[in-house]
Amino acid sequence: MSDMTQGNAPGQHYPPGQHPDMPPPPGTVGFVGWLRNNLFSSIPNSILTILAIYLLYAAIPPILGWAFFNADFEGASRTDCTAAGACWALIDVRGKQFLYGFYPDEELWRVYVAGFILLLAILPVLFDKIPFRKLLFANTILLPVTGFFLLSGTSGSPEAILPTVETPQWGGLLLTMVIGVTGIVASLPIGIALALGRRSNMPVVRTMCVTFIEFVRGVPLITILFMSSVMVPLFLPEGVNFDKLLRCLIGVSLFSAAYMAEVIRGGLQAIPKGQYEAAAAMGLSFWKMMYFIILPQALRIVIPGIVNTFIGLFKDTSLVLIIGLFDLLGIAKTVVTDANWIGLIHESYAFVAVIYWIFCFGMSRYSIWLEAKLHTGHKR
Amino acid sequence: MSEAAQTASVPEISDEVAIQIIGMHKWYGQFHVLKDINLTVRRGERIVVCGPSGSGKSTMIRCINRLEEHQQGQIIVDDIELTGNLKNIDAIRREVGMCFQHFNLFPHLTVLENCTLAPIWVRKVPKAEAEETAMEFLEKVRIPEQANKYPGQLSGGQQQRVAIARSLCMNPRIMLFDEPTSALDPEMIAEVLEVMVNLAETGMTMICVTHEMGFARKVANRVIFMDGGEIIEQNEPEEFFNNPQSERTQKFLSQILAH
Repeated sequence: MSDMTQGNAPGQHYPPGQHPDMPPPPGTVGFVGWLRNNLFSSIPNSILTILAIYLLYAAIPPILGWAFFNADFEGASRTDCTAAGACWALIDVRGKQFLYGFYPDEELWRVYVAGFILLLAILPVLFDKIPFRKLLFANTILLPVTGFFLLSGTSGSPEAILPTVETPQWGGLLLTMVIGVTGIVASLPIGIALALGRRSNMPVVRTMCVTFIEFVRGVPLITILFMSSVMVPLFLPEGVNFDKLLRCLIGVSLFSAAYMAEVIRGGLQAIPKGQYEAAAAMGLSFWKMMYFIILPQALRIVIPGIVNTFIGLFKDTSLVLIIGLFDLLGIAKTVVTDANWIGLIHESYAFVAVIYWIFCFGMSRYSIWLEAKLHTGHKR
Repeated sequence: MSEAAQTASVPEISDEVAIQIIGMHKWYGQFHVLKDINLTVRRGERIVVCGPSGSGKSTMIRCINRLEEHQQGQIIVDDIELTGNLKNIDAIRREVGMCFQHFNLFPHLTVLENCTLAPIWVRKVPKAEAEETAMEFLEKVRIPEQANKYPGQLSGGQQQRVAIARSLCMNPRIMLFDEPTSALDPEMIAEVLEVMVNLAETGMTMICVTHEMGFARKVANRVIFMDGGEIIEQNEPEEFFNNPQSERTQKFLSQILAH
């Protein structure tokens, strides 16, 4: 073992079975080895590495300078921003609108409570090993009711504990969350139903599902939003009117359900016929077979596709601006038309982009974690 | 090993009819797969079905629990006739267990969950009781230590033994085996066959589609030869192997016994 440090000396032989373990040649493991294998493995790779380092050097300092070092963080209007960088005073002053739209100041506590309830409601859905899961689940199931009454109020009179806040006053991140969460929660079960329907043996069910999916997938979301806000009222009798936001929620949910259905159908098709046969042979009914055997496997396979659809849906909520609802992006657009802040497009959009990115990146990381957790070694 | 030791000690066969198939036909589209199948299986009988591939033997046993639908004739299992009636189908599937060539275990559930799912949700057995029964059967197939693993972590032979235990947990009166050893390595075939022999010794009514002629000699009381969708010949194993009647049977046997 005295030659452990010298690596494999050439020409040295050992009797069979006597060969000692030796360290690998120098420069193949550790930090130097990693650099060699990954960044400088060949001449083109080395050139690309150097180019990439130069690009990062050229891009990052100016961005940091604009966003932080040369930026103004306080002020009452654009003229207070004297530095060369970003004017974050805009966010400081108009932050409330970015987050809540035109929700009345004195009722904002309701938004905070609703946000807290939403957070508690999401926890038991995302994680199966948290304390008080059953209790939290009860909260989750009640969320549509509690959330609705908290945000929209119970009575029109101002003396009521929860005076009505009309939905046109909702906006910003609040509105984005309401549409996004509703769309996500509604589209998954509707999508599953449509996917099962499309694979059904019953011609009527199948035709209806196929027609719905192909129709909705064939038109842009904007068309659906327009139809829900402009055309639906035309068909309703005089005096009957239901909320624009509600119509928009239904439109968004059905739209993403059609996409979801196709993603889930892909998962269903990946399940071998033997799984259906084994379940049927054991006497499981169709719904039990789906619930216990087929869907858990099919959904696991298509987690990336499902989360992809969720992320797309979350960002598509910005299209509601078209029908006059001011979501996060809508607020960003209107804020910079204010005379005090006119022209601060970069700051406004950068702020909104960061918020969208945080939510979408969170969904993406969660899906990776979930895939790893549900991996039970059937791919050996 | 002597002749006596090779024969499993199996209980007597009763006169009660377990399965009756009368004039059964089946088509896949235009293709006539099963032609005029007539078969009576008494309780406790162990039947081995053999024949070349494409002869309809798998299709025949899959008709018995309606994984395949027959178009003509009658199949009566435990005095219940198989028709389009879903209640009858469910009732028959509760009493008829099945093992598949590719095991078809549920990969997202542990071995124990595979075994308790149907008892809990179809037979409505309490969970603790179902788990106790499952562990008993896993011990009988000699893999209780794997109970909390996932199927993907087991060998093929172990998976097939779990599949047998899973079927037995439903406490079936009839067991169907669809080429249970065809996807296995030779050493694993032995461990699965041993479990099947033990099962035969408990007096279970079994229909096995298999090419394991050693198994047929050891436990079967009847061997059925199928070709071209018809039952060509059936006989006791000794007679069947030593004195096959039809030319097609002779040819088939010479081919599979030659190597």
